[in-house]
Amino acid sequence: MKRIFFILVLIALFAAACTPAPDIGNLTPPYVDTGVDPETWATVPAGEFPYGQHDHMTMVDYDYEIMVTDVTNEQYANFLNDALAAGRISIGAVEVEAGENVRLVEGVAGYYPGDPFDGYDHEVEIKAGEKLYVPLDEGSLRLVFDGEAFSAMPEYANHPMTMVTWFGANAYCEFYGYRLPTEIEWEKAARGTEIVNGHGLPFPWGEEIKGNNANYYSSSDLFEKMYGKLGDTTPVGFYNGKTYEGYETLDSASPYGLYDMAGNVWQWTGDDYPDQHYRYMRGGSFYSYEVDLRVWKNNSAGPQFYSPSVGFRCAR
Amino acid sequence: MKALAKRFNYLFRSTRGLTLVAIAVIALITAIWGTLSGPMVEWGIRDITVKVLGMKLVQAEREGRIIMLYHTIAMTVITIEVYFMTEMLPMKRYEQVVINATITVGYLTAVIFGLLFAYWGHNFAFHGLFLLGQSLVFFAGILLAAALWPWKKEYRLEKDSPFTHTKKGVDLERMAFFVMAVATLLSATFGAVTGSYWGNGHETFLAEDLIRTPNKTVLQKAIIGHLHIMLTLIAVAITLIVGRWMKFKGILQKIAMPLMISGTIIITIGALSVVWLEWAHITIYFGSVFVMLAALMYVIYSWDKLIKDRIAELGIKNPNGWQKFKALLHDPLKFGPGWQMVFMNFTVSGVGIFLAIKLEEIFRVWPHREERITLTGHWHILSGLIATIILFYFADLSGLKGKVRKWFGWTVIIMSDLAFGSVTIFSMKRLFVTEAEQQTIVNWTMLLTDIGLALVLVALALFMIWRLYDLFQEKGYWSHELATERKLNAKAGIEEQKRELEELTAILEEESE
Repeated sequence: MKRIFFILVLIALFAAACTPAPDIGNLTPPYVDTGVDPETWATVPAGEFPYGQHDHMTMVDYDYEIMVTDVTNEQYANFLNDALAAGRISIGAVEVEAGENVRLVEGVAGYYPGDPFDGYDHEVEIKAGEKLYVPLDEGSLRLVFDGEAFSAMPEYANHPMTMVTWFGANAYCEFYGYRLPTEIEWEKAARGTEIVNGHGLPFPWGEEIKGNNANYYSSSDLFEKMYGKLGDTTPVGFYNGKTYEGYETLDSASPYGLYDMAGNVWQWTGDDYPDQHYRYMRGGSFYSYEVDLRVWKNNSAGPQFYSPSVGFRCAR
Repeated sequence: MKALAKRFNYLFRSTRGLTLVAIAVIALITAIWGTLSGPMVEWGIRDITVKVLGMKLVQAEREGRIIMLYHTIAMTVITIEVYFMTEMLPMKRYEQVVINATITVGYLTAVIFGLLFAYWGHNFAFHGLFLLGQSLVFFAGILLAAALWPWKKEYRLEKDSPFTHTKKGVDLERMAFFVMAVATLLSATFGAVTGSYWGNGHETFLAEDLIRTPNKTVLQKAIIGHLHIMLTLIAVAITLIVGRWMKFKGILQKIAMPLMISGTIIITIGALSVVWLEWAHITIYFGSVFVMLAALMYVIYSWDKLIKDRIAELGIKNPNGWQKFKALLHDPLKFGPGWQMVFMNFTVSGVGIFLAIKLEEIFRVWPHREERITLTGHWHILSGLIATIILFYFADLSGLKGKVRKWFGWTVIIMSDLAFGSVTIFSMKRLFVTEAEQQTIVNWTMLLTDIGLALVLVALALFMIWRLYDLFQEKGYWSHELATERKLNAKAGIEEQKRELEELTAILEEESE
């Protein structure tokens, strides 16, 4: 009897796991209008702010502007069309270096002048040449190319642009005369200057995080319910205090009014540090645990890396 | 009152009782602090724990809290290993008593005040007491090293002893314990010196967060060396302990002990020289090969012994392969330590070597967060495997017999391996699937990990409940354990006094002449 009970419990547990995992490629979310305009910019005034986990007071001695949201699929599609018309990008097979391996990826590419190389241990040289911006043969890309022009999938038009390499993010910003924010600029824009209980803000909106503050692993937003725990991107500015189909969000803007500075997608930043080839990302993603959404946490990858959970925004 | 005094004597004056208390402390920490992460967060349990216990969890202090939690658990694990050593290795009774008393006060002080400081607001008196506790554990380590001094005449082995020794009879197994103890003291000093810079140039960090930082500071390197070598030495200690338990001897022990001694020294030098030398990791690899070969010798010896003992017990004269295989698996508690060491190669060493070989080609192409999962996964697994080996030995000491012994042993082996295997696959998932297609593998590996860990913890909980229930019995197993240990101590005391009497008589005679 005991054995039968034990076996039944095991079967029940396994059966629970056997629920078919949703195939993200075959599901489409509804278009959700958040009311936040991705074309808006916020000004971050010059001044000191607590930087990093240990709150080092750091001076940024100039004003700068930063996009209120991540760059959306629609904005990026427009950029690709503009760049295509200007002859700044090419479409076809691109060589992508990963360590010592070189593979061919069908995608959009453009010229990059290369990085200074210090020859440090584990540093990979980023040479001048054609670099991949976005792969076109990946199911997770939310753009469509009909042979002549790019467009965003309608339901994902206001979601953050993902599957974009650092080269692709950098090219977008430079094309319009902007740049990627540095890590310091990004963090100041995310947490502001306030000190509470001896520390700077750990999250853009305050000291604690709840499921309806941001899009992260198991945060139980609308999209997570569709796709399972890992979820998917949410439209930019989704967590603005509005209620969507019964799902109530908290207004989670940063002190300067920026959205999605925690969760949704990691955001490429612009620094090219000495002795390494990595580029750094900030903010955490829908795939991250809440601890990685704290404003000082970063992630890194080679500039050729792309993923469904990595996007960017620009500064100027 | 007498009943209470008896139980106090058992819990705080016998090896089994002291170990039981320490395991209970770890079980309690696991039960409470386990609710602060993983699926417990998703289920909302963490919020309940924090509210009910009134914890103060400041986001910026998470890494510091985790470091203190690791230290409190590590102190307790080291204490358990010291209890085992003071019981199984010949030493004077007063040495055993003083070491056990010092380390018990030390680890309990470190655990209680370390956790109070980390999770209930930063009262710096608590931090001071946490440091005091760790200092007492360190002091007990010095006493242990002194007690283990392998060149003492009374602990030298006979020439025809089956246990490996030098020409002058110095017990090489004791030497391996001694070297491990000294290396641990040295490595702990490294951590302590660096820790003294805390708030004075040194900032709290988790090593896995710095893995891609090209120019690490001296203090950061010292901490990275410290944490790696401490876990390695805990693993070396438990390997030596189970070797002693299985009466490791003969030609394999002759090969293993010099390897273990030199390997321990080389790894320690390698791990600590990370601070100065760019190529220190080559020294570590070199030492690791020695230690792992020593562990392999133990596995071969212990499995061969298990087969031979069981076959002899059954009276089979010419056993076939199947009978030998069944004999090997007959006792999961004694089979477990060797098996977990073998399994470790797939989930820890193998992963580490693969990571090193394919670092540029695979792991450094992944984003840092993915590489980080692999790193944290493999050392958590090593810690988990060490914990299961401790449980096998203690369950054997606790006299588990028959079906209970088999159920407990196999549950811990199978379920821990299921969990650790699943974690390994989870951490390496990017080798097989892209981020967009990973959901199925994530669901499965997470579920299997949770099932495995949950059932190991259930087995441990049932074991602890039985021990607790037993403590309330007048003639429980505990009283038998206490009586046996008192008898053994009394006999050892008599032997010791006889020896001392002989020594004193010899001195008197020598001086009279």
